[in-house]
Amino acid sequence: MSTQTPETETETEQPSSTSPQQRRMEKKQAKKDQREADEAAAANEIQGETVELKVFRYDPEIEGKEEPRFDSFTVPFEKGMTVLDALIYARDEYDSSLTFRHSCRQAVCGSDAFFVNGRQRLGCQTQIADLDGPVRVEPLPHQEVVKDLVVEMDHFYDQMESVDPFFDPDETPDGELEEQRQDRENRENIKLSTRCIWCGACMSSCNIAAGDNKYLGPAAINKAYRFYMDEREGEQKRQERLEIIEDEHGVWRCQTQFSCTNVCPKDIPLTEHIQELKREAVKQNLKFW
Amino acid sequence: MYEHDVIVVGGGGAGLRAAIAAHEEGADVAIVTKLHPVRSHTGAAEGGINAALRDGDSWQDHAYDTMKGSDYLADAPAVDTFAQDAPEEVIQLEHWGMPFSREDDGTVSQRPFGGLSFPRTTYAGAETGHHMLHTLYEQVVKRGIEVYDEWYVSQLAVTDEDDPNERDCHGVVAWDVQSGEIAGFRAHDGVILATGGPGQAYDHTTNAVANTGDGVALAYRAGVPMEDMEMIQFHPTTLPSTGVLISEGVRGEGGILYNSEGERFMFEYGYATNDGELASRDVVARAELTEVQEGRGIEDEYVYLDMRHLGEERITDRLENILHLARDFEGVDGLEEPMPVKPGQHYAMGGIEVDEHGETCIDGLYAAGECACVSLHGGNRLGGNALPELLVYGARAGRHAAGADMPEPKIQTGPEPDAEREDLGVPVGAPGARDAAVDGGAVEHPDSDPKAIVEATAESERARIETLLEREDGVNHADVRSDLQESMTENVNVFREEGALKQALEDIQDARERYQDVYVADKSRTFNTDLQHTIETRNLLDVAEAITMGALARDEFRGAHWRKEHQERKDDEYLKHTLVSWNDGEPELWYRPVILEGDEQTYEPKERSY
Repeated sequence: MSTQTPETETETEQPSSTSPQQRRMEKKQAKKDQREADEAAAANEIQGETVELKVFRYDPEIEGKEEPRFDSFTVPFEKGMTVLDALIYARDEYDSSLTFRHSCRQAVCGSDAFFVNGRQRLGCQTQIADLDGPVRVEPLPHQEVVKDLVVEMDHFYDQMESVDPFFDPDETPDGELEEQRQDRENRENIKLSTRCIWCGACMSSCNIAAGDNKYLGPAAINKAYRFYMDEREGEQKRQERLEIIEDEHGVWRCQTQFSCTNVCPKDIPLTEHIQELKREAVKQNLKFW
Repeated sequence: MYEHDVIVVGGGGAGLRAAIAAHEEGADVAIVTKLHPVRSHTGAAEGGINAALRDGDSWQDHAYDTMKGSDYLADAPAVDTFAQDAPEEVIQLEHWGMPFSREDDGTVSQRPFGGLSFPRTTYAGAETGHHMLHTLYEQVVKRGIEVYDEWYVSQLAVTDEDDPNERDCHGVVAWDVQSGEIAGFRAHDGVILATGGPGQAYDHTTNAVANTGDGVALAYRAGVPMEDMEMIQFHPTTLPSTGVLISEGVRGEGGILYNSEGERFMFEYGYATNDGELASRDVVARAELTEVQEGRGIEDEYVYLDMRHLGEERITDRLENILHLARDFEGVDGLEEPMPVKPGQHYAMGGIEVDEHGETCIDGLYAAGECACVSLHGGNRLGGNALPELLVYGARAGRHAAGADMPEPKIQTGPEPDAEREDLGVPVGAPGARDAAVDGGAVEHPDSDPKAIVEATAESERARIETLLEREDGVNHADVRSDLQESMTENVNVFREEGALKQALEDIQDARERYQDVYVADKSRTFNTDLQHTIETRNLLDVAEAITMGALARDEFRGAHWRKEHQERKDDEYLKHTLVSWNDGEPELWYRPVILEGDEQTYEPKERSY
């Protein structure tokens, strides 16, 4: 697939004489044909193809680099290449001062969240072949830029820490080798919330967080959810957690725009978790009546 | 200058566990780490944590399996201590809220893993390491332990006695990646290196880009021996294009390996007729490569790992993360197709020589986790033994550094003047002498005041970094690093031959020569990853050389170490650890006998059959 020519998706009207099922089947077939055609095209075109990266650059202390700008890098494209691979190539082959965080390159360390073609994504998890060229890579929006693609994460970490992000039961079993029991169903309920890798993509995508620096934000609220919903935690801590998330900069600020859920690289239903905590808060408040 | 009782270098599993343990002993602890702790590579571990928790299992059985898996190159006191402490550590994690996978009665699940005589691997889906790392970090936050994140430690502050056994460690020198500030960190009671593995010495590895063997190289240059470095584990199931790991949990749950003929080769070609896919990792890795070399691989490169028959429900319950990895990084739907896999560098069994308390021969200098070698894994680490190791030995190092009263160690450390030495007859490099700028083991100190020593070391580090930054042109470290990685993968891989090993040593020497002219193009003090990667590359050179020296010297077949010309385990010659130490001259290779006498039994070497 050429990265130079953006794909355009066009919705075609279906003739109304066919049944809904037929229409669905036809649509499915058309999609399949398109996918196969894309794959065939990709197989033919990869040889010798290049991808153009447009990368945000900024360094506060080097003359000529303190004005933000975009640099273009032309990188040889290989099947399976990710945005991170392309950045590494550009850095190692063209400009070793190109700066970005990365480590595990398997979507678990959470350090390479960037703004790629207008959306928060992990560089290592994003296939170049899935993007329209030229590929534009910017630092996460709404966070202070330290240098090039590196943003200040302290505010994000502070918000995470403000929800008491640690397990806090009333008591643990007496015996050193005695386990606390957890129901499989309960584990299943919190499972998705425990997948958070602290990449900050959700926070960066959130309009509310952008306008209210004190808003806990989706990641921190999800962290609170992870413990609040864990049946092993103590009742007293649950009350404390409710107070934290019910703060005026807590769950009630969420306007259910779903941008956090849309960009989460671990598919955590963040918006849903925030709504569930709102319901918990209401339930608890009703009890006091 | 920053001052703390205990300074932990590295924020992964071992570092966090060490910090918590030292804190519980009442010490003022700080973690200094080049990544934020939740970015550490422990988070990528998938499979699980071995511990004898259930009726029918025992620490003795766990110890026996570990010793057998090691091919009798582990030290019994390390193995016994490990197996005894592991259950308590795992339940401790449970008490800290770790979201383990659960049985119907609410207890933590355990599953079979390669080389284990009992299904004793506890796990949290196929993302055990992620949950463990976050659970540990949560406890660090709860305790208010200070974390200097994105601070890169580039030197140890060690006294300059002639004999490394008489040296003291008083702290470290680190620089703040964000601001470029270079500072001394004084440790009143101890420095614990927990910097992880050196997988970046290879170009096909499951290791993170940050895994550059920093701690191993730092300790080596300060005079601590590196132990059993030739023992590199190649994991049999990594994705061919990226090296991303496919957990042993897949085989533990019943995943099957096929060759291009559709044959279940582990049984049909007799590699492991008892245990099949669940043989030890070294056995499976060799089997796969043999299949490929004999023309039964797919695209002459890999084999298939199939889990489709396990059914969608079981896969999503226990291996869901594997589906994501196969899809995102190889474009394969594990529910519909078999996954392509091949061996990749995964784990260093060797590392910084330490005793059961994690202490090195230098007073006040400790190491734990993958960077350390208490000699638990010997020639081959069993799957599921890395995570409990960093818990058990992280905690012990933390306690000891904080001054807890612990019994005399049984494992000896430090260079021995009378040890058996070996001259390889091949030129190898002295790490300091060939560096680009001012460097060496210990800095010469005007007096013995610990603070002055830390400050003098910081000053020499400032000068060294200044020199690197001032140079206007020269060699790009990335070229040196990629040549090194390619040579290691080509010459010091699963199958090893004398000629290739010598070639690798020549390539490493060549890389050292070029490294002398290395320069840092980025002149900024702000977040200078160019500078950081340049210094990391130097660490990789030292580590790669020790791996290759050990591999050339050990002319036998033991555990993960296979030599084409020597197809037998030679117990009469090689029940001994390889040590490489450097003390202001050329690197020396010498040996120390393996300890096979354990608490309750002496482990008699037996043939490993699976």
